[in-house]
Amino acid sequence: MTVDSTVPPRATARTSAGRSSGTAPSDHGRPSLLRLTVVELRKLTDTRSGFWLLVVIALLSAGIVTVFVLSVPDGDQRFDNLFAAAQIPVGLLLPVLGILLVTSEFSQRTLSTTFALVPRRHRVVLAKLAAGVLAALAAVVVCLATTTVGTLLATGDGATPGAWSTSAAAILGSAVFLVVNMLMGIAFGLMLHSTPLAIVLSLVLPVAWSVLGELVTRLRSAAEWLDIGTTTAVLVEPPAAGDLTAGQWARLAVSVAVWVGVPLVAGLVRTARREVS
Amino acid sequence: MGMITVEHLSKRYGGRTVVDDVSFTCPPGTVTGFLGPNGAGKSTTMRMICGLTPPSSGTATVCGGDYRRLPNPGREVGLLLDAGAQHPGRTGREALLLSALAMGVPRRRVDECLDRVGLSPAAARRRVRGYSLGMRQRLGLAQALLGDPRVLILDEPANGLDPEGILWMRGLLRDFADQGGTVLLSSHLLREVEAVADRLVVIGGGRVVAQGSRDELLADSGALVRARDPQALRAALDRAGLPVRATTDGGLLVGAEPGAVGQAAADAGVALVELRPAESAGLEQMFLTLTAGGDVRKDGK
Repeated sequence: MTVDSTVPPRATARTSAGRSSGTAPSDHGRPSLLRLTVVELRKLTDTRSGFWLLVVIALLSAGIVTVFVLSVPDGDQRFDNLFAAAQIPVGLLLPVLGILLVTSEFSQRTLSTTFALVPRRHRVVLAKLAAGVLAALAAVVVCLATTTVGTLLATGDGATPGAWSTSAAAILGSAVFLVVNMLMGIAFGLMLHSTPLAIVLSLVLPVAWSVLGELVTRLRSAAEWLDIGTTTAVLVEPPAAGDLTAGQWARLAVSVAVWVGVPLVAGLVRTARREVS
Repeated sequence: MGMITVEHLSKRYGGRTVVDDVSFTCPPGTVTGFLGPNGAGKSTTMRMICGLTPPSSGTATVCGGDYRRLPNPGREVGLLLDAGAQHPGRTGREALLLSALAMGVPRRRVDECLDRVGLSPAAARRRVRGYSLGMRQRLGLAQALLGDPRVLILDEPANGLDPEGILWMRGLLRDFADQGGTVLLSSHLLREVEAVADRLVVIGGGRVVAQGSRDELLADSGALVRARDPQALRAALDRAGLPVRATTDGGLLVGAEPGAVGQAAADAGVALVELRPAESAGLEQMFLTLTAGGDVRKDGK
């Protein structure tokens, strides 16, 4: 009897998928970045905590518009002012969403599954960043919606002059503001791998730097360029929200490079090497 | 040629060596049992195979290449490394859907796999937080099967399963291998894998202490013998120069053929109560020594 001793007799029987059991290279393509982005977007919403965080963000945006409508003098209840107000809580909580998108994978140990399915880890990070950008843009739409409703309620009588004044720049500014906040959260999460640490440091460090810049005269000009609170404020503050001069754009770019770029690169290096358990 | 090939794999953390020069291969169509006490280095070895832990030295290949270079690894290799590593706030079905989405397998495959591992639609709709360990193992197994892989790598999959579940899992793995698939499964219990594994790799203190086909390993493990007068038996065996490896409850484990043991007893006129091939008793003894921190080494074939 001739039996090829290197192949156990059972090995010839695989028929289920019509595939050979040899070590031939696989015919399964790499998952596209688009597909991975859809996965990451789904992760933002499919847990109870993620879902409620999204609900809270939307409610806070609506809530602050309501407070504004009830408490601010009628003449100031214009679309541009309300839009700026609506973005405050959103800008504050989006980084938390970004942090959780990364750190919950560490704390819940789902990262071993994620990286086992996509061993080129930077692609997972790219997909998370893309999902973050899309979520931030969705947040702009939410803010526009709550602002529109608020403006309708506040100026239903049509008595406020320029009630609906807004500009493409204000919307663009809002998009940049929220995207930057979101990406900063993801970058801090990626660098620190820990939810509480990332939340605290992403809130405290920029403020600390800002305070330091106020106190120490010699740091003042550096602080101007690096204080991300100030450099992003011009994106949303009326009356000229999002209408930045070249110098303001430059400062924004530098501060984003420091507060988003640096932790992102550090996080990529750390995550690419780290043993995942 | 192996679907999983591990060559001289080592892992050191600081000065501590967790995996020490481990080599083995898993041919297609076989189930390989990866045995060792807790902390022997089984999980670390498996994580190095899958690119989750960078090795200090050595290489591991799956399906002919580095795991990290597989374009869509979920379609080639099914993994169950840690049944607890699921987000508690997600439903079982959602966890599988995320993986299916990432791998690009159709949604109906999720329900097929849930059905195959015996998780009911109602159970799959619940959040993982409320799952028992056995349910998590089943969910993990469903996740491993999702991409219709050629290779399964399972770390302690029987943990938390009831006896019926263990029996069911054996059947599933046997079928998978019989269809040409390759299975590597780890366990700290010999009994759990000896019924299903074709090959065994035994690891202790990070080193491979025995490997080979199950039948080989069980066959040359000596004889188990019992006599009315244990001291007389012991003396007879010593006189015949047969090595007594260990004593079990009233019996002796001898590193020799049962025939030789019987002859030695007969020559000395010792009446035997029991004499049989030791089979798993030999491996079990080695296992106990490993667990106790002893250093045993038995060259495989």
